[in-house]
Amino acid sequence: MKLTKTLLATSALTIAAGMVHADAHMADEMTIVSWGGAYSNSQQKAYHDPYMEKTGVKIINDESSAEAVSKLRAMKEAGNVTWDVVDVVASDALRLCDEGLAMEIDPDEMLAEGDDGSSASDDFGDLLVGDCFIPQIVYSTTVGYRTDLVGDTPPTDICAIFDTETYPGKRALEKRPIGNMEWALLCDGVDKEEIYDVLETEEGQQQALDKLATIKDDVIWWSAGADTPQLLADGEVIMGSTYNGRLFSLIEEQDQPVAMMWDAQVFDLDGWIIPTGLSEERQARALDYVRFATDTQRLADQAKYISYGPARKSSAPLVGKHAELGIEMAPHMPTDPENAKNTFLYNYEFWADYRDDIDAKFQAWLAQ
Amino acid sequence: MTDVTDATTAKSAPTPDDGIRIADAEASGPVLAADGTPLKRSLSRALRMQKLRALALIAPLLIFVLITFIAPIADMLFRSVENDVVAETLPRTTPMLAEWDADSGTPPDPAVFKALYQDIFFAAERKQHTVLGGRLNYEMTGMSSLFRKSGRKVEDMGEVYQDQFEDLNEFWEEGENWNALMGSDEWNAEMAAWDPKGDARQPRFELRDGIEELLPQTSETFSAYAKFIQTVDEDNLAKEDPWAIVYSALYDDLTGPAAARLNDYSGPAAEELRAAAAAVDTFETVDYVAAFQDIDKDWTDPEVWQTIKTYSPRFTNGYFLNAIDMQKSPDGPEMRPENQQIYIKLFWRTLVMSLTITASCILLGYPVAWILANLPARTANLLMILVLLPFWTSLLVRTSAWKVMLQQQGVINDTLVWLGLVDTMDRLVLINNQTGTIIAMTHILLPFMILPLYSVMQTIPPSYLRAAKSLGATNWTAFWRVYFPQSVPGIGAGSILVFILAIGYYITPEIVGGTSGIFISNRIAYHISQSLNWGLAAALGTILLAAVLLLYYAYDKIVGIDNVKLGG
Amino acid sequence: MADTQKNGAFVEFDRVQKSYDGETLVVKDLNLSMPKGEFLTMLGPSGSGKTTCLMMLAGFETATHGDIRLDGVSINNIPPHKRGIGMVFQNYALFPHMTVAENLSFPLEVRRISKSERKEKVNRALSMVQMQDFAGRRPTQLSGGQQQRIALARALVFEPELVLMDEPLGALDKQLRETLQFEITNLAHELGITVVYVTHDQTEALTMSDRVAVFDDGRIQQLAPPDKLYEEPENSFVAQFIGENNTLDGVVQEISDGICVVKLDSGEVIDAKPVNVSKVGERTRVSIRPERVEINPQLGENAHTLKAEVLEFIYMGDVFRTRLRVAGVDDFVVKTRNRADQVRLEPGSHVQIGWLPEDCRALDA
Repeated sequence: MKLTKTLLATSALTIAAGMVHADAHMADEMTIVSWGGAYSNSQQKAYHDPYMEKTGVKIINDESSAEAVSKLRAMKEAGNVTWDVVDVVASDALRLCDEGLAMEIDPDEMLAEGDDGSSASDDFGDLLVGDCFIPQIVYSTTVGYRTDLVGDTPPTDICAIFDTETYPGKRALEKRPIGNMEWALLCDGVDKEEIYDVLETEEGQQQALDKLATIKDDVIWWSAGADTPQLLADGEVIMGSTYNGRLFSLIEEQDQPVAMMWDAQVFDLDGWIIPTGLSEERQARALDYVRFATDTQRLADQAKYISYGPARKSSAPLVGKHAELGIEMAPHMPTDPENAKNTFLYNYEFWADYRDDIDAKFQAWLAQ
Repeated sequence: MTDVTDATTAKSAPTPDDGIRIADAEASGPVLAADGTPLKRSLSRALRMQKLRALALIAPLLIFVLITFIAPIADMLFRSVENDVVAETLPRTTPMLAEWDADSGTPPDPAVFKALYQDIFFAAERKQHTVLGGRLNYEMTGMSSLFRKSGRKVEDMGEVYQDQFEDLNEFWEEGENWNALMGSDEWNAEMAAWDPKGDARQPRFELRDGIEELLPQTSETFSAYAKFIQTVDEDNLAKEDPWAIVYSALYDDLTGPAAARLNDYSGPAAEELRAAAAAVDTFETVDYVAAFQDIDKDWTDPEVWQTIKTYSPRFTNGYFLNAIDMQKSPDGPEMRPENQQIYIKLFWRTLVMSLTITASCILLGYPVAWILANLPARTANLLMILVLLPFWTSLLVRTSAWKVMLQQQGVINDTLVWLGLVDTMDRLVLINNQTGTIIAMTHILLPFMILPLYSVMQTIPPSYLRAAKSLGATNWTAFWRVYFPQSVPGIGAGSILVFILAIGYYITPEIVGGTSGIFISNRIAYHISQSLNWGLAAALGTILLAAVLLLYYAYDKIVGIDNVKLGG
Repeated sequence: MADTQKNGAFVEFDRVQKSYDGETLVVKDLNLSMPKGEFLTMLGPSGSGKTTCLMMLAGFETATHGDIRLDGVSINNIPPHKRGIGMVFQNYALFPHMTVAENLSFPLEVRRISKSERKEKVNRALSMVQMQDFAGRRPTQLSGGQQQRIALARALVFEPELVLMDEPLGALDKQLRETLQFEITNLAHELGITVVYVTHDQTEALTMSDRVAVFDDGRIQQLAPPDKLYEEPENSFVAQFIGENNTLDGVVQEISDGICVVKLDSGEVIDAKPVNVSKVGERTRVSIRPERVEINPQLGENAHTLKAEVLEFIYMGDVFRTRLRVAGVDDFVVKTRNRADQVRLEPGSHVQIGWLPEDCRALDA
């Protein structure tokens, strides 16, 4: 009957329309997910362009790294993973690995050897966090301050954050406990070696929050990496924490009266993961890309465009000058010995366990 | 401008239905149509065709709405109570835990630890133990690493037996020998005939007849192993060697009642089995409790077990309790510690601020809509474009613009300082607090108030105001008694729009709200994208949805939903 | 002011002008005075300025120039709500969110009249329009005629001395309109109120009013009682606007004591009564009512008659309507009463027509 046909036809059309997969992956295309902005640019120039030239594969950029974990989880649940390679911070990689959303990597088998002949696992060393993470750069969260607002005594110590008498004015800190809690304990007299032991306890967490409470009214809490540079440039804050690459471009490219403190900078890693659930063909291509993009020369090349340190030891001697500004990049790397006198390395294991708990307390404390 | 609802409630004109009812009531039998069928039936048949046709027309939309709207909401509601992961990952442990007394202050029996070993062993192969760790870590700090560590080390526990069996006889090292022992003859034959390089599917493993009675635990474990290799890893079972846990199972069988039955066994590897049975008594044994304690001393902490036990049911109210600042405890639900309470406060704040934003939208939007409705069409259209302009700008751009305006070194403060109204040392704090959120969101949501107000006001003829004035009302009385009541449906529609939009907003509060101006949606977004605690996010979302529906219901009861108009 | 009181004028327009855009006048030099208790209708085509006049009187428009006086007091600067004028609007303007009783009570409430008195007055006003049973209804639950009655009651409930009505019956069907016309005039006379009534329906104007002011082009063309207006239109606009009318154009050939001879453009000659013509050679338009035309007339010797050809014959029940070609005009209409002996003219036949000179008015061209 005509009516039934109409009903069937319309329903079928709708379902068909809904079913058309985003899986329009052509054989020579791959989607690489990253953070966008200057960081993606540096990857485009150091990795994507040479790779596309070499292999003819077309790389599609997706700037979703900030929501990578939740999106990958949703894709996996929907049974349709559209990403081939994803750039994430190490803690997210760990989480994705735990959730079974990232494929396990055997560095020596899947990654290139170092230029100096060292095996991949030796070349990356400790930076191979978890089983799925392929390190790319070392960056740090550090403090920048307005040189024109601090008077004759520019701060050299992280505890300047808590010293509102010498440095009156607002500070920008990240709206999460990680990093801030460590700094608070450090400036409350806790030994650097004992910080995580203290932070494991209720009292230690309270101690850190109490220390932060002393400057609570003077803090603007940021959640996007671009916030602090803007606040510093507008003179809204006298000092603030952010990623060292953001401060580099604020100082060197935009010529703002801002300087970096480097003291107690918190190292973190950023790198690649390959999602699970890819077809064999796509997985092979993703591995090929990663092998290419994380070799010694490529990692060193990226430092020409952004001031983040390459994750391979063998890349360090190859770091040269900034591609446009022409300045020597080595002294601007967080890993430079001059800058790295006092550093933290993001404690992945600790925060994987304590993140939920401390974050709940931190947010409740913020909302008070 | 006719009020349809009123007209239909009035007992004025009879409807076709009335006719049938009256006819029914009057005639003793049913009224018949011309062809002799009851009139009612032929009417309903005629109407059914119409209904079906209408259904066919709306089918695409209906399916679209079901797929894109109803299904996700249902999914969200389900997630807020769903808790499969514990029972699924620890299928052997959780039933045994049910008998354990959580208040005993001691960890459960060694048997439970053994079940845990088996569960974690299989979970680790499936990479499920870390998922479970992540889930339980929401409830108890440290679970994440406890399970990750344990998953890595359970292999060692099984290897104790594996090594001893292999030392006893190299026979036990070979996967083929195991396959011959455990698999049926037909299956072994099929495997031998199967070409791994071909397109044919690998023959699925089948247990040998009688082996299940002989070696029950080994059979179960080996089947699970074989199934995993064939379906998940998709490897060739003939080329694989069994997991360590199979040896543990064999040890358990051989030390149990099975040993006696071996005497009558004459199948493959009968000799090796009997030899092993004779030797197992001298084997070094594994103390599972001690082994787990070795991995992490937390395994002897009754609290860890309590947590597992509390969250083993397939459905939980834990997320909902968490969403109202409570938690599960062995003694039932209790409030969370003071320093972790946040959600009730945020719900309340979201409600109050959404109402404030709605109120300020009414205050600002009403005069604008009034002017628009009373201007000549040309001028009104021009002004309307100005009202709509914010719609055409990205939300982020608008919000960021407010940042530039409101910050302490921003345009507004600069102007106030320049005018001498504010001292440069104590500039107003207009952003990163509730003020910032209210200002920015009022601006962003204002069009949603103005548009319905405008379209309702447009339908109020100016003659009403004239009539009121001619009847002796002052301008104010005429407005308040005659114009305003007629514009209330517009206020209602605008308020519902603005309020419901406001209550779910999170981008703007995130950017300009600081810590005191954020909404519950910001926490929902956090749990979706950062902490990955989707269950809690779903519970929070469900409560928010319920609150909106409740308010909607209250609005309907108090004001009446037919008193809401988006236009004439 | 003393002057006007002497005249006994209750409502008075004194050289009133109105312009909306500063370029054209919508109302040009309006002078009008009406005594208390009069029922005056402003009649005219749309855009003639009648509604503007009403709005100026009500206070919703201000006069650009001139004075409007009510009971001798200039009301130019008095806001509408203090004028105490009742008004019935075209679309009734009953407040939809109030019941009938609340609508009626509204003008009393704003006048701070006590509750008991309010109730009494509302009841009285409702019974005046036979709508007592509808006090609790909403306006949308009433029919058009019922709404009109309520609107009327509302305009009267606070006992104004002057009531303005702006085409109040325009949206009703013919029969209802006639009933209501009758009711309104009766009420007005019973209550002794002064009414200014605006309409574009001439029948309404003629049947209801004491006097009718015919508006055109921002001026009153003629202000007269209905019978005079019909019988003796002062210019060709009024003649054409009021009732059905035949017109013929020509030039005055002779003019003498109360009678003139007009030579039509077709060359034929007729007799007429000079109204707007004063000298020989002037162009004129003569008007004759269809019912005053005689077919094959028995007139005096000197009377002029015209040849006519029957084009159409229409049977209308009480009258016959015959369309003729006369002096080159083919929409000349004659109405004859349906009497037993009345001849029915066949289309195509030729007849003579004529009329009494006093029935044929020579007006401005």
